[in-house]
Amino acid sequence: MTVEVGTELPALSVRLRRDDLVRYAGASLDFNPIHWNEKTAKDVGLPDVIAHGMLTMAVASRIVAEWIGDPGAIVEYGCRFGRPVVVPNDDEGALVEVTAKVTKDLGDGTVKVNINAAFDGKSVLTGAFARVRVG
Amino acid sequence: MPLDPAFTGRSYPPSQPYDVSREKIREFADAIGATSPAYRDAEAAKALGHRDVIAPPTFAIVVSMKTNETVMFDPELELDYSRVVHGDQSFTHHRPITAGDRLVCVAHIDAITSRMGNDMVTVRTEIGTVDGEPVTTAKSMLVVRGQDA
Repeated sequence: MTVEVGTELPALSVRLRRDDLVRYAGASLDFNPIHWNEKTAKDVGLPDVIAHGMLTMAVASRIVAEWIGDPGAIVEYGCRFGRPVVVPNDDEGALVEVTAKVTKDLGDGTVKVNINAAFDGKSVLTGAFARVRVG
Repeated sequence: MPLDPAFTGRSYPPSQPYDVSREKIREFADAIGATSPAYRDAEAAKALGHRDVIAPPTFAIVVSMKTNETVMFDPELELDYSRVVHGDQSFTHHRPITAGDRLVCVAHIDAITSRMGNDMVTVRTEIGTVDGEPVTTAKSMLVVRGQDA
């Protein structure tokens, strides 16, 4: 597969609702109540229940996995958790919009892909990137 | 009270083995809305050159959770868990985590730094098979918010 630097990956929009947070809590075994209990979230100063940073990170990884076809080609993946994704208790939930672009050919059969995940018009993951095997 | 930087370099004993199952991978893939057949269908995963279904790139967090808790609740470290925020996370996959793997985690404290009243603890967890094959290196930076932060 030949991949040009500058290639933009097909964008991905993911809606996270409360039931998604509960399902992720169960699957990941991260039962921190700030991800499902409004009272706990507000007691620690959050506006409402927030998504697990690791859920946002996992959702953002899909843009690369769906583009490359073999998720095993993702040899490195990292990010900083910049802002929380606030998930209200309604049908709308929170919309996370993921975009990504190939930014560098690392010369060893891998490329660097920079990933942006935005919620409410602001980036929630900082410096998110994947190193992906393309050769 | 700031964390003692002298804990930098501390390593923890290997975890109990974690058995990676197809069902847990499927459950995790469902929870993140991932649709790749490589997470669900062993034949599709084999066609891509894998031994069995593989796990999504962040699944290693599930494998390393118990080990990370060992660090967070290390009584000597005196880390206030209620003030901990996940600062950053990275995974380097030497190969994908695959159903059927028996994985062992070894945690290391790579760095303890303080900035503007917050402590930053970098924990590196080396995940490998019980036979010693390296699989994934997971790095977590935890921020312990200071009393005034």
